[in-house]
Amino acid sequence: MNIEELRKTRDEIGKRRERYDAILMVCTGTTCQARGSLALVDRLENELIKRDLTDRFLVVPTGCLGLCSEGPLILVQPEGILYTGVSEDDLADIVKQHLLQNNFVDRLLYRLEGKAIANMKEIPFYAGQQLLSLRHRSTLNPEKIDDYIGANGYQTCYEVITGMEPTEVVDTVVRSGLRGRGGGGYPTGLKWRACREAVEKTGNHPVVVCNADEGDPGFMDQAILAADPHSVIEGMMIEAFAVGAKEGYVFVRKEHPLALRRLSKAIEQARRKKLLGVAIFGTDFSFDINVHRGAGAYVSGESSALMQALTGRPGEPEAKYVHTTERGFRNMPTVLNNVETIALLPAILEKGPVWFSSIGTGDVSKDPWNGNTGTKLVSLTGAVKNAGLLEVPMGTTLREIVFDLGGGLPEGSELKAVQLGGPTGGILPESQLDLPLEFDALSEADCPLGSGSMIALDETTCMVQLAKFMVGFLKEESCGKCTPCREGLVAMDVLLRKIASGEGEKGDLDLITEYGQTMTEASLCDLGRSAATPVVSTLRYFRDEFEIHIKDGKCSAGKCRDLISYNIIADNCTGCTVCVEACPENVISGEPGKPHVIDQDGCTRCGICREVCRFDAVEVR
Amino acid sequence: MSDLSKLDKIIDRWNADPEFVVEMFQDVQDQLGHIPRDALEKVSDRTGAPRGSLFHIATFYQAFSLQPRGENEIQVCMGTTCYALGAQRVLEALERELGIAPGETTPDGKFSLRKVRCLGCCAIGPVVAVNDEVVGTIRPSDVADFLTGLS
Ligand SMILES: Cc1cc2nc3c(=O)[nH]c(=O)nc-3n(C[C@H](O)[C@H](O)[C@H](O)COP(=O)(O)O)c2cc1C
Ligand code: SF4
Ligand code: FES
Repeated sequence: MNIEELRKTRDEIGKRRERYDAILMVCTGTTCQARGSLALVDRLENELIKRDLTDRFLVVPTGCLGLCSEGPLILVQPEGILYTGVSEDDLADIVKQHLLQNNFVDRLLYRLEGKAIANMKEIPFYAGQQLLSLRHRSTLNPEKIDDYIGANGYQTCYEVITGMEPTEVVDTVVRSGLRGRGGGGYPTGLKWRACREAVEKTGNHPVVVCNADEGDPGFMDQAILAADPHSVIEGMMIEAFAVGAKEGYVFVRKEHPLALRRLSKAIEQARRKKLLGVAIFGTDFSFDINVHRGAGAYVSGESSALMQALTGRPGEPEAKYVHTTERGFRNMPTVLNNVETIALLPAILEKGPVWFSSIGTGDVSKDPWNGNTGTKLVSLTGAVKNAGLLEVPMGTTLREIVFDLGGGLPEGSELKAVQLGGPTGGILPESQLDLPLEFDALSEADCPLGSGSMIALDETTCMVQLAKFMVGFLKEESCGKCTPCREGLVAMDVLLRKIASGEGEKGDLDLITEYGQTMTEASLCDLGRSAATPVVSTLRYFRDEFEIHIKDGKCSAGKCRDLISYNIIADNCTGCTVCVEACPENVISGEPGKPHVIDQDGCTRCGICREVCRFDAVEVR
Repeated sequence: MSDLSKLDKIIDRWNADPEFVVEMFQDVQDQLGHIPRDALEKVSDRTGAPRGSLFHIATFYQAFSLQPRGENEIQVCMGTTCYALGAQRVLEALERELGIAPGETTPDGKFSLRKVRCLGCCAIGPVVAVNDEVVGTIRPSDVADFLTGLS
C-alpha cells in the first residue's frame, strides 16, 4: 500500500460512515464480553435486518469503552449517547425508541444521584479523561484495518519513514519526555539511544519487543491490544525505524485470548496491505512482527525473564551484568517497551514533542527525567461506583480519580486507602490522596505507580491481611532463584501470619522491616527488589493497626479470623431462620420467630450468616 | 497413552521448534486437559529440548497441569482486586462445598478447583470462571446454588 492508496481508503471510510444515520458501537471488551455483549452484536444486527434498516444504521463491535462496572455498554454515534447494563431484551427498544423515534431509552441511561446523563462526554467518568493511547476509543472496529486507516492510521509512520532521520525520531521521543508505562518509568527515548549506541558498538542487529505480559491487574494493555491493535503495530514500526530494527516481537499471554486474537488478525491484515514486510512504502525500510504466546507467570514480565521466555525457556530472571539494550533477545541489542508506551508513539510523532510535554507535569525540554508528561491509563477498581479503564493527564490527583471520575464509594462506605501498582506496589491512606499521578512523587511516598492499577479500599479492609495477601502473592510468584527474595518472602509471610492470628510479638515489625531492607538491597531482579513495598508502605501509614493486632489482639476491620467472633444482636433478629439454613457448619440455633444464637465453638467465621441476614442482626466483634 | 497422532500434529504446527515448547504445551493442554507424561517425552524427542527443562516449564507455569483435570474446571480469581473484594471467602466456600483444596479434583471427576491470577474483569470482581466462562460479583452465599446449577 502506498500513500495514495492509504489516503484513498481513509477518505472512502469517512464517506461510508457519513451515509449512516447512526452507528451503534457495542463494547466487546473483556468485561462486557463476559456479560454477553457478543450476543448483543448478533441480536442487534438481526433486529436491523428484520426491520430492513441496515442501510441507515450500522452495528460495530468495538473495544473496551471503559466504564466496565456498568456494562454491557452500547454507544450510539455520532450523538454519543451511552446505554448501560444493556440486555438482549433491551435491544428492540433501542432500535424502535431511539433509532426510529429519536427518544432515548431512559431506563438504560447512566445515572448520577438519580439524574440521567445521556451523553457520554457529560458523564464525569468520561469528562475528566484525555485520550492519547486510547485515542480511537469508541470509533472503530478493532478487527478492520480500514477502520484504523479511516481514522488517519498509518499516516504518521508514513511521514516518519519517508521524511525523518532515525536519530530525529529518537530525539523527538526524548524531548517529549515519554517515560515507560510498564512500571519503571524509564525515558523511552534514552533507552532507544542506548540501543543505537550498542548497535554501533557491537555491529549486531537490533530487535524491538513489546511487553504485553501484563499480569495483575490484567486489563490495561490487553484493552489497548484488543481495542486498537493497529496503533501498537504503527508504534512498533516507528520504534523499529528509530533504532534500525527489522524484527519485532510481541509477548502476549494465552490468558489474554481477545488481545491475542485481535493482534494476530491485525498483523495479518497489515502484512496483506504491505504495511509490514519488505520495502514498506517503497522505501528501504523493512519490518515484520511476530507474536509469541506466553503462559502466565508474574515474574516473566521482568525484562531478562521475558528474554528467556521468548526463546522457549522458563520465564525466569537472569543476573544482568549487561543491559538488555546491549544484549537481550538472542543476545542481540533489544528495546523492550510496554504496550501503552508504544501505543502513545503515533500521537507523539504526529503532534510533536512540545504538544505531548504540554500535557502532564514538569519541564522536560532538557531532561526527560525531569517530568511526567502525557497521559496514563489507570484501571480503577475495588470499592468505587464507577470501575473500569480510564486515561488521564499525568499529574491528576488520586483524589480526582477516585472521587470525580470514579464517583467515590457506594453509599455507606468510606475510603480507607488505595492500593496502587499491583502486587509489588504500595498502599496509601486517604490522607495522601492529593498526591499526583506521577512516577517520582508516588515512589517517594513508598507507593510506586507501577502499571497504573488503582484499587479503592473501604473501611472493612484489614491492612495486616492485605499485606499478608500481597506477600503471599509474591511468595508464590518468586522464581526462587536467589536467596533474599525466596527466603525473605517466606519469613515475612510467617511473621504476618503470626500477627494476623494474634500471636505477634514486640519486635516483629522491626524484623519485617529488616527482612525488607535485605530483599531490596540483595535480590537479583526487580521482583525481589520491590517485594518489600507492600509491607514498607502499610507499616509507614498503618503501623498503629499492626500494633493493635499485636498488643491488643484485635482486628478493627473485623477480618482476622482468630481475633473476631460473629454474634447475633437479639434486638435486631426476627428469627427468620435464613441464617440457620445458610450456615455451612450448622451452628446457629433458635426457634422460628425468636432471636437466634451462634455456637462459638463450631463457628469457623466464614461470615455467610452476616451476608444473608436481611435485618443487620449479625455483627462482628 | 495419549493419542500420538494428535501430538504430532501439534508439534508440526510449531515446526518442532524448541522456541515454541510453551505453545505446544498449551495446545496439548487444550486438547487433552493436561500434559501427560508421554506428551512431554514426545515434545522432548522431537524438539530436542531436554526433558528436565520441559518438566521445569510444565511445573513453572501455573496454567499447566501434569494430572488430568475434572469435567468442570472452576477457576477462582485471586488477583489483587478480586482479593480486596472478598475472593478469599468465595474460594473457601467452594473448597467447603466441593470438599477439595485448590489444585485438586473431586473423586467423581466432576470438578477441579484452581486459583488463578487476574482474569481481566476486575470491575465485576470477585470473579470465578467455569470452563472459561466468567461469572462476576459472586458471593460466598451464592456458591452452593451456583454449583447445583452446574451439575
Ligand atoms: C516482576 C516484574 C513484572 C513485570 N511485568 C511487566 C508487564 O507485565 N508488562 C510490562 O510492560 N512491564 C513489566 N515489567 C517491567 C519490565 O521489566 C520493563 O521495565 C518494561 O516492559 C519496559 O517497558 P517500558 O519502558 O515501556 O515501561 C515487570 C517488571 C518486573 C520486575
Ligand atoms: S528476586 Fe525473586 S524473582 Fe527475582 S530472581 Fe531472585 S528469586 Fe527470582
Ligand atoms: S483481579 Fe480478578 S479479574 Fe482482575
